[in-house]
Amino acid sequence: MAGELCSQLADWLFPLLLAAIPLFGRYRRVAVYDAFVEGAGAGVSTVVRIMPCLLAMMTAAYMLRASGALAVFVDLAGPLFSSWGVPPELLPLVLLRPLSGSGSLGLVTEIFHTYGPDSLLGVMASVLVGSTDTTLYVIAVYLGSVGIRHTRYAAAVGLLGDAAGFIGTMLVCRYFFS
Amino acid sequence: MNSIWLALMSGSVLFAAFHGTMAAVLHSALQAAEAAVLLAIHLAGIMSLWLGMMKIAEKAGMVELIARVASPVLGFLFPGIPRRHPALGAVVMTLAANLLGMGNAATPLGINAMRALQQLNPQPQRPSPDMCTLTVLCAAGFTLVPATMIAVRASAGSANPAVILIPTIIVGLTVTLIVVVADRVCRLLLADRRWS
Repeated sequence: MAGELCSQLADWLFPLLLAAIPLFGRYRRVAVYDAFVEGAGAGVSTVVRIMPCLLAMMTAAYMLRASGALAVFVDLAGPLFSSWGVPPELLPLVLLRPLSGSGSLGLVTEIFHTYGPDSLLGVMASVLVGSTDTTLYVIAVYLGSVGIRHTRYAAAVGLLGDAAGFIGTMLVCRYFFS
Repeated sequence: MNSIWLALMSGSVLFAAFHGTMAAVLHSALQAAEAAVLLAIHLAGIMSLWLGMMKIAEKAGMVELIARVASPVLGFLFPGIPRRHPALGAVVMTLAANLLGMGNAATPLGINAMRALQQLNPQPQRPSPDMCTLTVLCAAGFTLVPATMIAVRASAGSANPAVILIPTIIVGLTVTLIVVVADRVCRLLLADRRWS
């Protein structure tokens, strides 16, 4: 219900903004078409600037998946995490989540397929992906868009947030669903 | 960032060397490079559309209007932006788009805000504290309703796709709170000599 409402809201919000902004501009006596064209011209140059950052992050994420390193890591670290009450099946998702949105959605779909979306594992995967974002990707794109490569403390703070999201997901899901 | 990236790239190749997945790694690297360019082209369209709209909003004084309304809250999170500065409006729109879970559609707004903040940045090679705050807030990615995840659950045949709503909001809020606090601590620790 709530999800439907929100996707409805998003469906409406965009077109409404596309009409409301030019209307408001006209009300303020802006040459709306000229202003639009002027602004849109900057779109391509911005994308050209973020493209190398996209490429760097996506290549790293794809290579990590293809190398099988995730699977080996799960084999090695799985027992340790199991002893802390963390299902090892979630580990690849935790590692890939900060890097790749489509990659982590793919992993979630695999978990749903194998264990079912309403299993504890399925719910944990859902909450983990729903409550965190593609941290490293966002940092690379946002800072890259203004030509900054030095990230100061942003990456550390972002990854701390991801770790908190992981631990929080485990605790909250155990409280709600088991 | 440099070390994370280096570790990912070299680690993957090293693993592939020992597990005979080198061909797959090669294939995926080429595939990723291609996918990145396609995504960039895809983004260019949305980006141009939004930047065009934002230009109208800017010229009409809309961005400043929004900034004025939101400045009490944002003054706390972004102390480096002067009150009533148009950058505040751009930041508000970015945060609103993230809250609504607009995903890739929020990216152009975020980039727009980063460019506005960069103009206030005395050292353009380093992100200003405000730029770091905006980046980590968006990277934390709190959304009011995890619409994508609920849709994926529904299509996977979940009996109750929206059951994750409350837990996701609790975890998401916690993450955002921790990120805001950590960001503030970093600001205070690093604000002096070496960084500012």
